[in-house]
Amino acid sequence: MSFLSYLISGISLGSIYAIIALGYTMVYGIARMLNFAHGDIIMVGGFAIFTVVSTLGMAPLLGIITAAAVCTLLGVTIEFVAYRPLRGASSLAVLITAIGVSYLLQNLALLIFGSNARQFTSVVTMPGLKLAGGRLSISGETIVTILVCIVIMMSLTAFINKTRIGQAMLAVSEDRGAAALMGINVNRTIAITFAIGSALAAIAGALLCSTYPSLTPYTGSMPGIKAFVAAVFGGIGSIPGALLGGIILGVVENLSKAYISSQLSDAIVFSLLIVILLVRPTGILGKKINEKV
Amino acid sequence: MKKLITLGLTVAMAASLTACGSGSDSGSTTAAAGGETSAAGAENNAPADNGGAASGDTFKIGVIGPLTGPAAAYGIAVQNGADLAVKEINAAGGVNGFMLEVNAQDDEHDAQKSVNAYNTLKDWGAQAIVGSTTSDPCIAVAAESSADNMFQITPSGSAVECVAPENVFRVCFADPDQGTASAVYIGEHKLAGKVAVIYDSSTTYSSGIREAFVKEAANQGLEIVADEAFTADNATDFSVQLDKAKEAGAELVFLPIYYQEASVILKQASDKDFAPIFFGCDGMDGILTVKNFDTALAEGLMLLTPFSTTEESSKAFTQAYVAAYGIEPNQFAADSYDAVYAIKAAIEKSGVAVDADYSTVCDAFKTAMTEISIDGLTGTGMTWNAAGEPDKAPKAVKIVNGVYEMQ
Repeated sequence: MSFLSYLISGISLGSIYAIIALGYTMVYGIARMLNFAHGDIIMVGGFAIFTVVSTLGMAPLLGIITAAAVCTLLGVTIEFVAYRPLRGASSLAVLITAIGVSYLLQNLALLIFGSNARQFTSVVTMPGLKLAGGRLSISGETIVTILVCIVIMMSLTAFINKTRIGQAMLAVSEDRGAAALMGINVNRTIAITFAIGSALAAIAGALLCSTYPSLTPYTGSMPGIKAFVAAVFGGIGSIPGALLGGIILGVVENLSKAYISSQLSDAIVFSLLIVILLVRPTGILGKKINEKV
Repeated sequence: MKKLITLGLTVAMAASLTACGSGSDSGSTTAAAGGETSAAGAENNAPADNGGAASGDTFKIGVIGPLTGPAAAYGIAVQNGADLAVKEINAAGGVNGFMLEVNAQDDEHDAQKSVNAYNTLKDWGAQAIVGSTTSDPCIAVAAESSADNMFQITPSGSAVECVAPENVFRVCFADPDQGTASAVYIGEHKLAGKVAVIYDSSTTYSSGIREAFVKEAANQGLEIVADEAFTADNATDFSVQLDKAKEAGAELVFLPIYYQEASVILKQASDKDFAPIFFGCDGMDGILTVKNFDTALAEGLMLLTPFSTTEESSKAFTQAYVAAYGIEPNQFAADSYDAVYAIKAAIEKSGVAVDADYSTVCDAFKTAMTEISIDGLTGTGMTWNAAGEPDKAPKAVKIVNGVYEMQ
């Protein structure tokens, strides 16, 4: 019974990693850049919800909508101001800029909200399940997180494969120059990618803070990095890969905490990452890319 | 054109940054005002400010702590606590017929700046130092003060190394002593037989306390049924650690961690219907100040803290402190207040002259400190050993109806 309980909390943690990883993987797959500020957009989403729900006392749903709007706007603005001017620059320059944006967001939040932790009121009102005579309890947050994660993954896959914008994204991802020649507006496509990725970050922020209810300006940074690892694990650029990578990461982390050592869990998770990358350098579901000579 | 827009947006972003800066400034005026009040107070009882070391009519105490920066809450509290103690002592006629004088210098919680602050105070003519407030700066200053043979008492430097030189004493408990004291308290009050520990293995504070706790638990007949760690990198999900503690049948969970992680642990435990006694150390002090925290979750939480404003013996101090500085005192203020009273007791015991140089004072105090006993805010009948560690009974508080209640 305790094994099931560890497994479920692992899947719940993994689903949150997966939602964040979806944002990383989309932006990487289409814009070919690592948006290290993604974790901090999650934090901004968390603060937006906190302000609307706890400070202004409005409904949680309104909080999530506001957060999604704020994060989308923020994501598009960051793309426009910080990343677009560097479109032709080396990937290293873009990476450093992304790290800079990450620190900018953290410090802005530190200025506005201060470093004191806030207790986040859960936006999930669903009651938890009690199974096996109360010995196995699954919280409402866990159920909602897992469901939301699956729904997001399915709708993203459908969006990319079935809509014109989705097809444009695939084209840009494959060959930016050729896509532009075919009349696809590359800048607009990348901006839309950022908008979707940032809206996902707002949802991830709502679920992350509801399940682990402590909100500080640094809330997003560690889950952001873990989710990045999950994205690499599953094969960066692959949407089902992000889901798989996230869940494997969460489950392995929790089971190694439970059965091996809570002191060593991170070491075990990252050793597994190294092993997987040695065997499959592109990740579990990653596509093999032939370098053009 | 594109460049122009980018430039414009960058400027707008920069402007919003400055706007935020000024916004937060106005938000923190209470703390700053507290600092200013005490600075003014220090000037008032410093008539011979230009006299320097030569003026022999007051005994000079230097205070070091972070008065600005992220740790400013600690340093300002230490400054205010020392200031209040000196005012009280002077109003009551001074010590051995002379007055005390205090001068606080900012170290921004930085070891190098703390040494600079120490040198400034030495030039000013300090005869004893209350400081540094935080551990790392304290270790750096201790190295300087022991070379100079200047007496130093830190109110709150809890790292073991802080009092390594023989001229340095402290008011607070050392990190490992909190672990030992917690185990003794739990054992003597028979709070539980089966105990789980959840600690942060990435900080010296937490792992130091846990190590001493586990060692002493064996002597107290406590059975450690789960000994679980987390690190700063995975301090969001504690469900596995809590499940293991629950499965193992822990009656008490010892949390030698800071209140921020503890608030998450309490929430997750309540989601799991796991309700053991939760027991913390001084890092837990502040859990009721977490914004939006449901204090019902902390109901029944126990913690060892040296100081509580609700205690009968600290009421007068709390009132005077609030009247003078406009904020509630915390344990740092109390530690610093006690440090000044320890210096007063050491002056009375050793009978040093008001114009004695700091090396003479230090030699006299090193013996006197081990002979005095004071009833302070952070402990009654406090004594010190030659190693510089205080000996006082730890106090436990329990959170009842959202407020601390002395046990």
